[in-house]
Amino acid sequence: MKIVVCIKQVPDTKGGVKFNPDGTLDRAAMLAIMNPDDKAGLEAALRIKDETGAEVTVVTMGLPKAEDVLREAMAMGADKAILVTDRVLGGADTWATSSTIAGALRNIDYDLIITGRQAIDGDTAQVGPQIAEHLGIPVISYAEDIKVEGDYVIVKRQYEDRYHELKAKMPCLVTALSELNVPRYMTPGGIFDAYDEKEITVWGRKDLKDLSDSDIGLAGSPTKIAKASDKVRKGAGEKVTLDPSESVAYIMGKLKEKHVI
Amino acid sequence: MDFSLDKKHELARNLFQEFAETEVKPLAQEVDETEQFPQETVNKMGKAGFMGIPVPKEYGGQGCDPLTYVMCVEELSKVCGTTGVIVSAHTSLCIDPIMTYGTEEQKQKYVRPLATGEKLGAFALTEPGAGTDAQGAQTKAVLDGDEWVLNGSKCFITNGKVADVYIVIAITSVTEDKKGRKKKNFSAFIVDKNSPGFSFGTKEKKMGIRGSSTYELIFEDCRIPKENILGPEGKGFPIAMHTLDGGRIGIAAQALGIAEGALDRAIAYTKERKQFGRSIAQQQNTQFKLADMATRIEAAKWLVYKAAMAKATQKVYSVEAAKAKLFAAETAMAVTTQVVQLFGGYGYIREYDVERMMRDAKITEIYEGTSEVQRMVISGALLK
Repeated sequence: MKIVVCIKQVPDTKGGVKFNPDGTLDRAAMLAIMNPDDKAGLEAALRIKDETGAEVTVVTMGLPKAEDVLREAMAMGADKAILVTDRVLGGADTWATSSTIAGALRNIDYDLIITGRQAIDGDTAQVGPQIAEHLGIPVISYAEDIKVEGDYVIVKRQYEDRYHELKAKMPCLVTALSELNVPRYMTPGGIFDAYDEKEITVWGRKDLKDLSDSDIGLAGSPTKIAKASDKVRKGAGEKVTLDPSESVAYIMGKLKEKHVI
Repeated sequence: MDFSLDKKHELARNLFQEFAETEVKPLAQEVDETEQFPQETVNKMGKAGFMGIPVPKEYGGQGCDPLTYVMCVEELSKVCGTTGVIVSAHTSLCIDPIMTYGTEEQKQKYVRPLATGEKLGAFALTEPGAGTDAQGAQTKAVLDGDEWVLNGSKCFITNGKVADVYIVIAITSVTEDKKGRKKKNFSAFIVDKNSPGFSFGTKEKKMGIRGSSTYELIFEDCRIPKENILGPEGKGFPIAMHTLDGGRIGIAAQALGIAEGALDRAIAYTKERKQFGRSIAQQQNTQFKLADMATRIEAAKWLVYKAAMAKATQKVYSVEAAKAKLFAAETAMAVTTQVVQLFGGYGYIREYDVERMMRDAKITEIYEGTSEVQRMVISGALLK
């Protein structure tokens, strides 16, 4: 069985987000990490590998320094890594990104493709389903559990108040939530192997299959960014300590005050 | 000459930092307070590959270099000195001598489970009457048929009761030199925990590294197989000294980590703590202290890393190890004392980590060769 996991190097937003004067992200001022949803997707793939001996390939598109995130994935246990990088691919929105990655995936065999639900720098949740659309395979999004049985994948798809259990014949694409699992640590030996023993395959524009120039890079990106902003941070809230009956009265009072009820 | 770490070592540091912050830091205070050996953390470290970092892969290890191992001890010690010394004693004092002096059978039998973290290792040289003067040791081993019979006791043994495999140094013969002076000849042995006649004395109540299990080992007609002698008979003393050279690099890394951890906390605290209407970080007294500490820590770091590199590339690295341990240990003590001072009254309260760090720092000037012993090693090489 062959699993491909699409991962992205993103700025760590834990310490807040920094912007350039033109409104784009100041990536140089922030630490780069593996996108958390993607990391959970990778862990899900590695667990399938532990059980079935599947081969796990990680793919990323980005600047040459995105190689770091591929090495990290191999230090966790991924077998192969592909970096898609080319100047002409720069400035891509979700459409151009998914077109490009689909162009790369057409070169390789896969049974299952796992992507993260969304990246913490863009929060669109579009790239995974778009890749499936380009490749003409089914997609199951928001996975909180992934199991493989024979030629099928069984996925729990999360909703706010329930989940759906879906069974799909592979090949298919699943988008993973960070709640899916707790990703394993890299191992020290895995890190050494990732740098000393393993190679990263680097593909440029010419290596991408069945891809039109009008679907890549800035020119192939229909999205126009009007304004980018950090998430609005909620206040600390108000904490009160009351006995149960007083609490009910207090909450009811507040709800009425805010015209909720 | 390049003082920057390559990407491989940078990524390894990220791993150790993440593990230390997530798994070790939340327990550090409790481990100190309750004097509980952090078994669960040790199990997690085994799974993560931290218990055999410099061991070749064919023996179950990670196949990394001594620098990576040193960085692991450093990062663990930034948040918990106890966890740092557990890894250091296990790796440097138990696995390393078996890898260096062991037969292929001994390596296969003992190193593999130690490197995977399935078993824990310890090293026993010190005795009640033999600390710095290791020649004063009394524990004896006599060959009886196919077994060595050990009698005596060892004290202050790190990983004491929780270890499974012990390297024990014992007298195997006494000879006289030309002037008629008696000389004890030592040999090294690998002793399994379940060996008949092997038991434990009292648990030591310590000032610092309180979660580490420090015990007296007692050998009463303790019988071990003949083949468990480590290295040639009579070569136990040089084996012990060479083992301690490696161990000192681990302790130097522990000391470095404690100093770095204390400075990190001092930077955060002094920025927040306000006196006379402004943060104490805005006072020149604080600024100069922070500058001195950072400079000293940087110097200690490169001595420790240099010693780790020397272990990777040189047969003998006693002087590099001694300098690294001497300077890093004295840096840890000086820095933690200053940091407690910067914290004022809060620094003296157990709720704040720096109080623990100051207690943990002290032992690095004492065990695996006191600072005085390190000065003897360094000056001995200078005056040779």
